[in-house]
Amino acid sequence: MRHIISILIENESGALSRVAGLFSARGYNIESLTVAPTEDPSLSRMTLVTRGSDEIVEQITKQLNKLVDVVKLIDLTEGPHIEREMMLIKLRAAGDAREELKRLVDIFRGHIIDVTIGTYTVELTGTGEKLDAFIQAVGSTAILETVRSGVSGIARGEKSLHL
Amino acid sequence: MELTGAEILVRCLKDEGVEYVFGYPGGAVLYIYDALYQQDDVKHILVRHEQGATHAADGYARSTGKPGVVLVTSGPGATNAITGIATAYMDSIPMVIVTGQVHTWAIGSDAFQEVDSVGITRPCVKHNFLVKDIKDLATTIKKAFYLATTGRPGPVVVDVPKDVTMHRAEYSYPEEVSIRSYHPVVKGHPGQIKKAVDLMLSAKRPMIYTGGGVIWSGASSSLTEMTRMLGYPITNTLMGLGAYPATDKQSLGMLGMHGTYEANMAMHHCDVLIAIGARFDDRVVGKVEYFCPEAEIVHVDIDPSSISKSVKVDVPIVGDVDHVVKEMIRLLKEDKRTPDQAALAQWWDQINEWRAVNCLKYDRNSSLIKPQFVLETLYNVTQGDAFVTSDVGQHQMWAAQFYKFDKPNRWINSGGLGTMGFGLPAAMGVQLAHPDATVACVTGEASIQMCIQELSTCRQYGLPIKVINLNNRYMGMVRQWQEFFYEGRYAMSYMEALPDFVKLAESYGHIGMKIEKPSDVEPALREAMKLKDRLVFMDFITDQTENVYPMIAQGKGHHEMHLSPERELA
Repeated sequence: MRHIISILIENESGALSRVAGLFSARGYNIESLTVAPTEDPSLSRMTLVTRGSDEIVEQITKQLNKLVDVVKLIDLTEGPHIEREMMLIKLRAAGDAREELKRLVDIFRGHIIDVTIGTYTVELTGTGEKLDAFIQAVGSTAILETVRSGVSGIARGEKSLHL
Repeated sequence: MELTGAEILVRCLKDEGVEYVFGYPGGAVLYIYDALYQQDDVKHILVRHEQGATHAADGYARSTGKPGVVLVTSGPGATNAITGIATAYMDSIPMVIVTGQVHTWAIGSDAFQEVDSVGITRPCVKHNFLVKDIKDLATTIKKAFYLATTGRPGPVVVDVPKDVTMHRAEYSYPEEVSIRSYHPVVKGHPGQIKKAVDLMLSAKRPMIYTGGGVIWSGASSSLTEMTRMLGYPITNTLMGLGAYPATDKQSLGMLGMHGTYEANMAMHHCDVLIAIGARFDDRVVGKVEYFCPEAEIVHVDIDPSSISKSVKVDVPIVGDVDHVVKEMIRLLKEDKRTPDQAALAQWWDQINEWRAVNCLKYDRNSSLIKPQFVLETLYNVTQGDAFVTSDVGQHQMWAAQFYKFDKPNRWINSGGLGTMGFGLPAAMGVQLAHPDATVACVTGEASIQMCIQELSTCRQYGLPIKVINLNNRYMGMVRQWQEFFYEGRYAMSYMEALPDFVKLAESYGHIGMKIEKPSDVEPALREAMKLKDRLVFMDFITDQTENVYPMIAQGKGHHEMHLSPERELA
């Protein structure tokens, strides 16, 4: 099953490599990993998407908790949560295709953030499935480049991950 | 007063109560050695290879319960130490390893003797630090000792660049230190402990299985008290030998791949398993599907990630073993219920039947020296009161089977990583910590050669270790597996071109003995033990074909044990 693990980790050099090293050493898979400092500059927030049986995910969270740099973590998939991913995508947009692509971007509630005679660069936010759907809708021949941020997640409601 | 970083480091060690530092100098740690030279509080033991330093510190730690301390230089000094760090990590041994590093401004430039020590040690330490600023040095050392010795112990590396040891700063050693992300659990959950006690009292065929965690928690006496109170059988893992007196009638000896028949059969047939400070290692469990098929399992461990890692347990208790066992004793005393004596008597009858198989029996009439005989005699001659270190292989298993440890911290071996070369340097650490004790290093002609250079260190510091070299001219355990599983193709396991160990020992300034007849074993051991102030290297020429039995082949269950071929069970 797919799990989204949210981690508060010391914002120190080497902290990321401890997490990445743990996953490779123990043979766990990482689907995506995002990390950036929080409002407290001494802490980073990491969102890690992984897959595994309940036993494996239990071990993953226990092993992560054992890392001295890990301050706190939750498995977001244990409760209601929101996940978002951001994509920047550069599309070939010339001639007749320009209008059609513009409409498609609107339908997906994306923004065109850079324009040239032959290209659009689009910013699109949503779940992974929505981004996948957009990629499918524009078709691979139109795509020049895609950049995806990986998943960020947060729990719904009052629940929050903080110190 | 301002001190240099090197002086601060040495003061930290002194204030931490460190008695010995095991190390080897080099460019990046010259300031630290200079500071060590100018004081007498912290004694430095010069090894002949950094691997020896780590194993010696490890042996010191295992035999005293105090952290071992290592000091090595950057680059090759650090990489040579890796085997010993990984050995300590696998067996949860508290150690602080200070590695020198190139100047901070040179880090990342592929400087002379530069290696990314923090990166290279990361997977085999509990935690590690790079100290970039002298202001952080004392606090970091304090944190290193705190992390190494609390919770589930383990090695901690502190990487110190040369310029940090050269700069000056005000010294103050923090009284205590806290790390916001690190709070090891001590007390077990009261509800879970209650549940465990209920289950323990309801057992018809109980079994207690304990590991190294009992030793590190200092829980040997509380475990012994509880086991006697209950009257239940107990088995210890390789790491847990000595936690419960092996000569006691409730002890079934070691379990696992080369454990006793009675211990493994009792595991297989028990209805309640009480696992304490043990981690269900693959050499203990065998095939998970066949493990304790009828048992409900209680598991006490300080490390949450040890619980339900390989075997799913019914009553997990996270906490310090000594604390939890004492709480169990309190509840058992309060409880009006007692174990079902009729069921227990029946269970002991069954166990005694298994015991009567006498699974460790070997040929006592052989004209060749049987390795088991050497260890049995060593046990008798030292009256079971020696510290025994071992290397890795057949001799390690025989020592574990035949030397009956009645006290904790006496059996010093590399269980998890299985590091050949561990025994001799570990014995140095043990002997330094216990100068008047008998320290025997049980080894083989293959293992001993992996760190044989430490004979020189033993000479320098006058360490009167007794080296028991079981010389069968083979890497015995490799040969055994090749005989069983590779149709007797002994690929590279024969030890060609062996040195004359007697002359070798003599050239290092020690006493060498070669023992070739069974009738000479006891007199030789007695004579060696009389030489209290000398290292004696005893080269026992043993039966080449002897195998370690009983044995559970890899991937089999506890009930699928093999005795020696001539005594195979129906």
